[in-house]
Order: sequence, then C-alpha cells, then structure tokens
Amino acid sequence: MTSRLISWLTAFALFTSGKSLGARTWVVAPGTALSSINDAIARAKPYDTVLVRGGLYREAVVVDRPLTLRGEGRPVLDGEGLRQPVSIRASHVAVSGFRVVRSGSASLEDLAGIKVYNARYVYVFNNDLDSNFFGIYLSNSRLCWVTGNALRAYGEIEQTSGNGIHAWKCDSIFIADNRIRGHRDGIYFEFVTHSRIERNVSIHNVRYGLHFMFSHQDDYTHNTFMYNGAGVAVMYTREVLMRYNTFANNVGASAYGMLLKDIQRSEISDNVFYNNTVAIFMEGCTRSQLERNEFRHNGWAVRIHASCENNLFRHNNFIANTFEVTTNNQLSLNTFEQNYWDHYTGYDLNRDGIGDVPHLPVSLFAMISQQMPYAMMFWRSFGVLLLERAERAIPSLCPDNLRDRSPLMKPYHVAHSKHK
Amino acid sequence: MLKIARYALYDILRNRFVVAYGLFWVLVSMSFFNLESDPVKGMASLLNILLMALPLMSVVFASIHLYNSYEFMELVLAQPIRRSEVLLGQYSGVAGSLCASFGIGMGVPVLLYEGSLRGFLLVGCGLVLTLVFVSLAFLAAVLMRDKARGIGLALLIWFFCTILYDGLVLMGMFAFSDYPLERVILVLAFLNPVDLARIAMLLQLDAAALMGYTGALFHHFFGSALGIGLAVLLMAVWVVWPLLWALRIFQRKDL
Amino acid sequence: MLRIQNISKTFGRLRVLDAVHATADVGQVVAVVGPNGSGKTTLIKCILGLVKPDSGSVLFNDIVIRTDPGYRRHFGYMPQIGRYPDNMLVGHLFNMMRDLRRNTTHQTDEELLEAYRLPDIFHKPMRTLSGGMRQKVSAALAFLFQPQVLILDEPTAGLDPLSAEILKEKVLRERQNNRIFIITSHIMSDLDELATHILYLVDGRVAFFKSLPELKALTGQERLGRAIAHLMQRRETQS
Repeated sequence: MTSRLISWLTAFALFTSGKSLGARTWVVAPGTALSSINDAIARAKPYDTVLVRGGLYREAVVVDRPLTLRGEGRPVLDGEGLRQPVSIRASHVAVSGFRVVRSGSASLEDLAGIKVYNARYVYVFNNDLDSNFFGIYLSNSRLCWVTGNALRAYGEIEQTSGNGIHAWKCDSIFIADNRIRGHRDGIYFEFVTHSRIERNVSIHNVRYGLHFMFSHQDDYTHNTFMYNGAGVAVMYTREVLMRYNTFANNVGASAYGMLLKDIQRSEISDNVFYNNTVAIFMEGCTRSQLERNEFRHNGWAVRIHASCENNLFRHNNFIANTFEVTTNNQLSLNTFEQNYWDHYTGYDLNRDGIGDVPHLPVSLFAMISQQMPYAMMFWRSFGVLLLERAERAIPSLCPDNLRDRSPLMKPYHVAHSKHK
Repeated sequence: MLKIARYALYDILRNRFVVAYGLFWVLVSMSFFNLESDPVKGMASLLNILLMALPLMSVVFASIHLYNSYEFMELVLAQPIRRSEVLLGQYSGVAGSLCASFGIGMGVPVLLYEGSLRGFLLVGCGLVLTLVFVSLAFLAAVLMRDKARGIGLALLIWFFCTILYDGLVLMGMFAFSDYPLERVILVLAFLNPVDLARIAMLLQLDAAALMGYTGALFHHFFGSALGIGLAVLLMAVWVVWPLLWALRIFQRKDL
Repeated sequence: MLRIQNISKTFGRLRVLDAVHATADVGQVVAVVGPNGSGKTTLIKCILGLVKPDSGSVLFNDIVIRTDPGYRRHFGYMPQIGRYPDNMLVGHLFNMMRDLRRNTTHQTDEELLEAYRLPDIFHKPMRTLSGGMRQKVSAALAFLFQPQVLILDEPTAGLDPLSAEILKEKVLRERQNNRIFIITSHIMSDLDELATHILYLVDGRVAFFKSLPELKALTGQERLGRAIAHLMQRRETQS
C-alpha cells in the first residue's frame, strides 16, 4: 500500500514541477484570433496552459505534448457523432472543465469522449461527458487520475453503447468521485493493476456497474453500484480489495450485486448488499475473505458454486433475505463462522452471544427453486413453510457441512464510521 | 339493507369476540414489529400468521354468527322486507365489523411501525381476505341446515384454501417437474384467493428473488396493467360469487 | 281474510303438511292445535313466507302471497322463542323494527309496551333479559304496528301468570278490532278463553277445522281439551 502512495506523490510532484518553468497561457475563445483549440496546442510549448473560454468547439482536439488544457465557463467539445472530441497522446497532460458531447461511434476503433493513448501522468477531472460512445478511455497508460467527472449516456442495448470509464492495460491509475450513468459498463478494467477506485457512483448502466478482468491488486472502496442491468462482475483476478462499497437494487434474472468468477486471495469486507436478486455469486473463487458485509433484502444473499474453496465468511450480517445461501453441491469447502443469520432459530443457553446449535443457511426451498424456478410462486405458503421446518429438523437434501457452527445471536456490529 | 347492516354492525362490534379479535391483531403486529430487527422480516412473519389465522377466524365467526342469528332473522323476515336485504345486511354487518376490528388492530401498528406501501398492502390483503372468507362462510351456512355441519363445511373450505390447495399444487409440481409447468402453476396460484394475497405480498417482500428466475414471466404478468387488473378482478369474483350463490339459495330456502 | 288453500310441504321424505285447507276471517281467532310434529310451525311459516309450500297457496285479502314481501306489513309475528342479537339494546330493537316498517305504518300500538314496562329496560342489552322478558318484548313487537293479522306461536309459554293475563286480555280486546289471529298453543285453557275456531292438525293433515261452539256442541264437552280428546277418540274408533 505504501509503495502505491509513493507513486501518487511522485506523480503529483512531477506534474506541478512542470509549471515552475515559466509556462505561458494561451486563451482560446470563439470569435477571437485564437478560436481553435488545436491551433493553440500547436503553438504551445510543453507545460504551457491552454485556457478555453465558454463556447462550442467542433474539432477533434489532439493533445500531443505535455499541457494543461483547462475549460473556463464549461466550453463544449462536440464530436457531432463523427469524431473523438479529445485524444491525449502525450504524458503530463491535464484536462478539466469541459463539457464533452457526442463522440463518434465505430466498430473498429473504440471512440471515446476523452481517450488517453500510451501516456503517463494524465489528469482528467471535473469534466461533464454526455452522449459519448465510450466516456473516458485509458489505453496502455500509467499513473493517471480520473476524478470528479460526470458521465452520462443513454444506452439501451449493449451493442450500441460503450463503457463509461474504460481502462485497458493500465497500471497505478486512480479513479475517484466520478458519476457514471447509462453506459454499457460503468467502469471497465482489463489488465489494470495496482489501481484505486474510490467513491464513484455507477448507476443505471446497461450491463455492469463495474466490470473487471485480469486486474490484480486493485483497491475498490466507498463506491456505489446501483440499478445496473447485471450488477457488478469481477473475473480472473487475484488480490483484490473491496471495502465499504454499496451494491444495491441490481434486480433481474441475471443480475448480481457482485459476480465473482475465478477470484483468488481477495478481501471483500464491510460492503453493503441491498435488494439484489443475488447479492454475491461465486464461482471458482479461492482463499478469499468475506467479512463484516451486510446482506439485506436480497433474493439470494450468497450463491456459492462447488468450485469455490477455502473462502472464509465471518462476521457478516444476513438480514431479511429471501434465501441466505445456496450451492450446487453436497460438499462445501468453505468456512462460515460467527455470522449473524436472521433465519437462525437456535438458542443460546450459556448467553455467550453464540448460538448453541449450528445454523444451516441453505434452505430446502432455495434448492428446489433452483431447479424449479416457478416454485417461487409458492414461497411463504404453508406447505413450503412446513417443508422448510422439516428439512431444518432432519436435513436430507441440503449440504450439511455447509453450516455456521458459531452463529451470532445478534448482528455483528459494523463500524459504520468508515462507511460513507 | 343499510338499515339491517347498521343494526347488525352495532351489535357485532360489541361482540366480545370481535373486540378480542382486534386486540389479537394489535398484539401480534406489535410483537412482530418489535421482535424483528428488520421491518420486512416482521412483515413476512405477520403475513404467515395472517394467511392462516385470518381466514380461519373469519369463517368460524361468520358461520357461527349466522347460525346464531337464525331465529332473529326469521323474526326480521316476518316484517315487510326482502330476504336478500336481510342476508346482505348480515353480510355487511359481519364483514364490516371484522374488517373494522382487523383494520384497526393491524392498521394502527402498521401505521406506527411501517407506514409504507407494503404495510398498507398487507392490511388491504387482510381486508379483502376477510370479505372473501365471510362470503364463503355465508355460503357454507346457507348450504347446510345443521349448525355443526355448516361450521364443518366452512372449516373445510378454510383448510382447502390455506393448506390443502398449496400442498396439492406443490405435489403436482414435483410429480410433473419434467414438464414446462410455469404457466399452469401461475394460473393455479391465481385461482386461490389466499395464494393471490400471498403473491401480492411476495412481490413486496421478496421482489428481488421473484425477479430472479421467474423474472420474465412475473414481470410481464404482474407488472402489467392486465396482471394487476386480473388479480383485482379475481379477488372481487371471490368476494362476490359465494355471496351471490348464498343469496340465491337463501332466497329459495325454507327457514 | 286469510285463506290457506291446499298447502302441501315435504321436507325430504317427511310430509309435513298435506293439503291443508283453512280460512280465517276478521274477528276470528284460529287456534292451530295438534301433537308435537304435526306441522303447526311449518304452517305458520308458510303463512309468513318463511317456508315455500310445494303446492297450494296462501291468499291474503284474495291476493296470492308470493315473493313480494309487501303483504307482511299487515302481519305481526310473535315467535315461539324470541332470540335476539346479544348486544342489541332493547330500545334499539324497537327502533330497528320501526325503521324496517317506516313508510308502511303510521300509528303504533304501544299498549303492551307500556303494560310490560318495557321502556324501563330500553337501555339493557338483549342478552341480559330472561326468557320471560324476551317473550314480553316479542309480544309487544307483534302488536306494535297494529297489523291486521297476528300470528302468535305459543304466546303464553314462559310468561308469568300476570303477564300472560295481560296478553290474553289484549288478544280479546284486539279481536273486536277487526283483526285475524292465528295462535298455536298447548295450553288448552288459554285457547278456551281466546279461540273462536280450532284447526286440529295430525301428521300434516287437517283432522278438523271447526268453530269452538260447534266443537263443544258436537262433543257435548264444556272444556276444549276434553272436546278435542273426545273427538279424536271417536275418529280413531271410526277408522
């Protein structure tokens, strides 16, 4: 963690040091001698500032040298559905204060509102992006910051919309305080390592609020993912830290609060999962820890495949979920301990706060409804309740080693102070 | 009809059972809302009690009341008044007082603790089920001359609707699990008033789960105006047809 | 005038009324008498429209009684056992009956109401009343609307002697007021005082329908009970 912090500090130092070399400011405004941003860039020396005044600019801005490109009065960069409004092909670039609209869309090249190519120390902040194909696209870049941007798109199907913040083959990037809405995936990472994603709000995206693959050693904290078509999907990744995030209202036949596929040695803690069809779906996950999460009002709190092993569920609170845990196998190689389950019906005679009989979080009807989904229509009917009670008393179908031997009698107290 | 309903209501509202019935719901609602940390969990437990106890108490009280009022109804019928007015008046009195008792008994705690759409839907479901089962109890009571047999029939109806029906459908579902039964099950679930009320509440309490596998079908059906309209219509039919049938029999019946 | 024409009624296999034929005119008090299960109550219920006869009809002032309940505004009925809603106050019961008969009756006859001092208990719920008190309530209700036809089913059973006397005097007084009475009773001495005609039913059939003087003359007996017994014996020996 400290090594990452040092790299941020270096990045900041390097950027600010550029400014002290007696840089000039070029002012671009419509109807003046300098009315084209690209002209201003062409005249600028490295580390100069191009200040763009409010107005409409219909050009494909290409930043090819270290530069501060700053909008004042929210100038609009319009791609008119044809071109890429901003391309950054140099390191040490800052872009802020713009409204970037209507990038082109193409099937061969992923056009974006703002795209960064093979660069380092690029800062994209406080921009509004609207109706772009991809929003902010980082390609093969390192040590970049994307903060405080608002991205809005109006995608309806996956094929015709791009991702909000898209990063491919990046390292040590920082994505924070962005608001993303209506894209295909809110935040998409592929081969992105050692990065931090904080306090972003990703809602109402067509597919995933957050989607990453092969992106190791990243930290995700205090983000909110809500109302996304399929929730959040994280795959083929190791050593991920996800804390203090909220996964809510991701509802649908294939919607997950979080879909975990082939995740290793990761930590998923202190998150809130609220009103998702499936809060966490796990497949091929190993040696990960899930602690102090709150699962509330979900259809299925945890759906864990037989391919998962050596994962630890501890101190989680399961409250008012329709089903707590389901699995597709009789054998479970994961540990559940000291969680609070509100379906627990046991007792605590010695008053140590831990139930005296184990809790079996897999209910019979959850298993049945996996095979016969329409059986759900009879959930909470008397017959089903009877079946459930009978199964709890004499388990026959449910995996009996998937059990919490030390269920908590009261919800585990999560320190909410760190939770935003 | 209104004249009779007024006096019947006045009489039944003072009935000790009806007062106790209201207190029962206050007690049950308060304890569930207080016991459960999460209001949805409380509502779910409350729903279970409601689906069993409310139809039971409605059929038992309504049928017993009707048999006990037989002699008085004879006296009233010796006045210049239609039979239909007398029966409908009694229905209004019984259903009205049970609804009032339940509505206050559960409505006030729901208002205090929950105050949400799903809370009021729960009370609404209870009220509609009261109307349905008083209606069914009246039918049983006019079908059977003998009090014991009439109450027995009413209990049988209750047993069928709340327990047996679901059990049979579930058994059928398991037995024919290889067939695509989705639509059949949906229709079957729709035909029973208790299931109808239960599903209406499921959509509030377990929306996330329902939107899972059955999402498409459920969404299409219950999300649409057609689905909601059909559900409301079916409930109305469950209130009206037993009552109309009872009325037909009562009008021709020898008292 | 009330005319019962050929009424038959069966409940299941049991033939309760078999071609019963009788008439009652104003000023008459017809006593319907017979052993238990002879069809007295069913006959009364047929007149009140509570039981629909299989065949035959009841005519009131030459109009056949059918489903229209309007004719019953001319009728008053005192049931054998008055059962009332438990929590209804006595006063409310009278209000309710007045309500039900509103627009049909203008003047009420509160003589019995006063004689039995019923207004004193108007605030009491019906369930607190004794059987006798309830009978008084029933009687007062039957006379309240000054009906043309009064049907009294075992009126004096359960009444204390004084109250029974008040009721009987009331019947005798009202008999003069152009009313028709249909009374069932097992107390022959009462009928002796009240009845003008005796309709004797056995197994749903009319054993005889005669005026009281005619009956007494025929049998040579002074007391009604004796006269009936005498007549029935004679019929049995004949058959």
